[in-house]
Amino acid sequence: MTSLMDKCAVTGIGETAYTKNSGKSVVALQMEASLKAIADAGLKPTDIDGVIPYGSLEVVAEEFVTNLGLQDLRFSAVTPLGGASAVAAIQAAVSALVAGVANHVLIPIGRNGSSGERIGARAAAMPQFRTIGEYEMPSGNIAPPQLYAHMARRHMEMYGTTSRQLAEIAVTVRSNAILNDNAVMQKPMTIEDHQNSRMISDPLRLFDCCLESDGGAAVVISRAEQARDLAQKPVYIMGVAEGHPDSPSTITQRPDITTLGTAKAAPRAFGMAGVSHKDIDVAEIYDCFTYIVMCQLEDLGFCKKGEGGNFVSNGRIALDGELPINTHGGLLSQSHIIGMNHVCELVKQLRGNGGKAQVANAEIGLVTGYGDMGDGAVAIMRN
Amino acid sequence: MSDTMSETAYDKPMPPLNRDSKPFWDSLKEHAMRLQRCADCGKIRHYPRPVCDSCYSMEVDWVRASGRGKIHSWTITHHAFHPGFLGDLPMMLATVDLEEGVRICAQIRDVAPDQLSVGMAVRVDYEDATAALTLPIFRPA
Ligand SMILES: [Zn+2]
Repeated sequence: MTSLMDKCAVTGIGETAYTKNSGKSVVALQMEASLKAIADAGLKPTDIDGVIPYGSLEVVAEEFVTNLGLQDLRFSAVTPLGGASAVAAIQAAVSALVAGVANHVLIPIGRNGSSGERIGARAAAMPQFRTIGEYEMPSGNIAPPQLYAHMARRHMEMYGTTSRQLAEIAVTVRSNAILNDNAVMQKPMTIEDHQNSRMISDPLRLFDCCLESDGGAAVVISRAEQARDLAQKPVYIMGVAEGHPDSPSTITQRPDITTLGTAKAAPRAFGMAGVSHKDIDVAEIYDCFTYIVMCQLEDLGFCKKGEGGNFVSNGRIALDGELPINTHGGLLSQSHIIGMNHVCELVKQLRGNGGKAQVANAEIGLVTGYGDMGDGAVAIMRN
Repeated sequence: MSDTMSETAYDKPMPPLNRDSKPFWDSLKEHAMRLQRCADCGKIRHYPRPVCDSCYSMEVDWVRASGRGKIHSWTITHHAFHPGFLGDLPMMLATVDLEEGVRICAQIRDVAPDQLSVGMAVRVDYEDATAALTLPIFRPA
């Protein structure tokens, strides 16, 4: 079997301003981010011959052909894994590139999650939520903060995890956002602020939940031999994988509700990359909820199941800690761009363009996506 | 909530019924929960679906659930994610392991929030939401 290790690289990244009210259409946000990513790579829009639009299909591949004047789109696909879509799309892009199906694949994401249709309002209409829609929404189990609260409560009861441990994640990520000029949340947060934030669905408080925001982000992926001739220092994709949990369409029936699809993806991604956990200098972990960050750290293998609460404590995940996470402020405090902001941030860190939040000597990093009640995706990259 | 409440007045989400699940919803209306069972290998599954993942048989029958279960996890919701639940807050939702080996997520009543615990014994009860819809709920056993 052909290994995908180091065969491709992220060659361009682009991000719009992240705001609570963009004043722009979703198509415009995605095109702005895409044009920035293509220019960043030193490519022309007509060099793009593959597009993986976000799985909700709000903006389809045809829009990119029309807006960017693409002459010969050879590859398009969608990766409908909710918040894991961006990282899963990297796996799809690399597969197509290594097979020679396309040369430069654009992965755009963008939304008006704040000023447009609220993220929380949208779940019931998605086919992935059909089972929940029939059996749980009528009883009031409707939105992700509730669905994931059952997971978090079980984790707390089985392993002694506490809300204050979850607060460590929210506070750390906020402190990183404050170093980032393109982060929505700029007010410092303390553990006490988190503990005093209103309860949404016990045990998850307001500050355990991500933002709803507006913006766009995009990356261009190219084969390594072409990447070396482009404008930026290539960020090589060492390992990438997606994983789907048991009982993917309802958490209720999942044998272990504290394990995500990430647990299946992680060994594949690490195996492909040929690195171990201690090699990871920086990690951008999909953070729709604090609990989901902690659970992924376990499922990724940074600690054992049940040890996540201790793992995230005592500064380990801070910028100067053993495993700095979410150096941009994440979905919790930068912006909810469905994790494409995490991909862009990892690339910046590995280029050495992390600004005030640059992790010293970052050479190898990891980014995850998580979504749709348990889907996980993992990519490991190097400079 | 009463049997006489008209469907137009009911403002909570209604389940989009389908052929695979009709016997389950009908059993709730009869206040006698039935679960789908593979007619070939006997594995009980929930939620209802066309294929047995153990033997791939598409033959099904339906068996009466004992109604006994134990709490697997729970949440207490303080925010209305649907306007129909505004009047129910805070609302306790339990994930329950049924004796038959499958789980049900439903509201739980007659218990103080600080009394909820993993393994707590509960029993299924029924609330008639409309003339056409009965929902399962849990009470302490
Ligand atoms: Zn069977």
